[in-house]
Amino acid sequence: MNEFEQMYREVILDHYKNPRGHGVMEEADAEAEGQNPLCGDEVSIYVAFGDDGETIDEVKFSGRGCAISQAATSMLTEMVHGRTATEVAVLDKDELLEEIGIPLTPVRLKCAMLGLTTLKIALHRAKGTPLPEGIGDLEIS
Amino acid sequence: MAVSTDRKQLDARALRGDFPIFEQLIHGKPLAYLDSANSSQKPRQVIDAMTTFYETSYANVHRAVHVLGERATAGLEGAREKVRSFVNAPDVREVVFVRNATEALNLVAYSWGGNNLGPGDAVVVTELEHHSNFVPWQYIARRQGAEFIMLPLDENYEVDLSGLDEIARDHNVKVVATNLVSNSLGTIADIGPLTRWAHEQGAIFVCDAAQAAPHMRVDVQALDCDFLAISGHKMCGPSGIGVLWGRGALLQAMEPFLLGGHMINSVRYEKTTWGELPHKFEAGTAPITEAVGMGAAVDYLEAAGLDAIEAHEHELAAYALTRLAEVPDIALYGPPADRRAGVVSFNLGDIHPHDVAQILDRQGVAIRAGHHCCQPLMHKLGVAATNRASFYLYTVPEEIDQLVDGLHTVRKVFA
Repeated sequence: MNEFEQMYREVILDHYKNPRGHGVMEEADAEAEGQNPLCGDEVSIYVAFGDDGETIDEVKFSGRGCAISQAATSMLTEMVHGRTATEVAVLDKDELLEEIGIPLTPVRLKCAMLGLTTLKIALHRAKGTPLPEGIGDLEIS
Repeated sequence: MAVSTDRKQLDARALRGDFPIFEQLIHGKPLAYLDSANSSQKPRQVIDAMTTFYETSYANVHRAVHVLGERATAGLEGAREKVRSFVNAPDVREVVFVRNATEALNLVAYSWGGNNLGPGDAVVVTELEHHSNFVPWQYIARRQGAEFIMLPLDENYEVDLSGLDEIARDHNVKVVATNLVSNSLGTIADIGPLTRWAHEQGAIFVCDAAQAAPHMRVDVQALDCDFLAISGHKMCGPSGIGVLWGRGALLQAMEPFLLGGHMINSVRYEKTTWGELPHKFEAGTAPITEAVGMGAAVDYLEAAGLDAIEAHEHELAAYALTRLAEVPDIALYGPPADRRAGVVSFNLGDIHPHDVAQILDRQGVAIRAGHHCCQPLMHKLGVAATNRASFYLYTVPEEIDQLVDGLHTVRKVFA
């Protein structure tokens, strides 16, 4: 494995080039838009709940960003499918980082967290629960 | 005195030896530092001047009776005189030390704008501004009930002046604020028409020269501006020091910005009176050693020659534009080489600049990737971010070759 393959391993590039869950949801049960003020990257997240109003049935995302932020968000849509909103709203970020599986510098860590933080905000908003402190340095709209 | 017509030539390879940062490998590769518009590297002369000052002359300034206080004050005031000469200011009392160009521009926005702007007035900036010369004006205009007007860029990303008559007809223009060199595109602005127009309106002209001062001769009298802001860290000096130059009469009439120690004449329970220029605007203990470092940086640039630096950067910009054009899928932004300082912004297909910059970093190439604190411009370009390679007096063509080789690798990774 050469040094670039370590940084951008196959699965990252695959998610980046063929993002899962890419698109817009017209009538989402939960949604939020996050921006990384450091680089201007944007992501919008849309969530549809199942009939119980709690299970995550589908997650879609749109926006623009680097390979890390887009691939991480793509992986996230698969990772949270079928789990509960309450659980994902406090998901340990290490679970996503393990899935990404490459070392990230502090700046790139913010890229990787853009989708997850935005998703958590969408879920907290939909559930009317208060946002935890220090959830991320994002501009949210 | 004999007048020499010999134009000073710049020997970048020799100057490079003055910069200790290049004495290392980055990820096992020689360092190609192409991020000088973000912040420049520091020559041994500046580092030594600051170290020697700390080791032999440091104390607080202006109020110590002891010999170290005298030396420190001489160091600070000596630096002020060097900067005065550097920007050709008429009077050293017009040279105010601040933290950086951003603070200088905020000082003008708050102290001048906060007392001279009101409903019916307008502040005019351009779409090419760094946030530091955009956000303070947007904020103060809103707070004062004044209009905030942005001159748009045309399809060639040049400031479109065609709307000036209409603006003058509909508004009482009080401030015109623009950069002299764009940090993101490198465009060297022809500000003559705008300064004349500003003064015809009775407006002040505020020049953000943070990106210009490192690269070309900046003369406040020739520019005919009213305020000018520069940052030490972009011109081989340390971070934490910058300069606001302002016309003496304007500075005299202004309220202070920051209040506290050193900036007073007398303090009574009933009333405080302000100190003389420049002290009125220098509350608290100054960044003393940083000022000494900035003075040393001025000496360094003057020795290299500002004209020679500018010529060197035009050559590098031309070389970079030619070499980068060889890379497939590249989009280059900005004017031709003769109208730009050593800055080249580009995108590589649809590969995000963060990814480009990270792969380049592993090859020893440092560039900036992001919005360059120019989100209005990024919006205009229709991108979230660009890559930016920027050059300085220590940049050699081999670093640009290293960049181009690196970009080919980026394309392979994302193929």
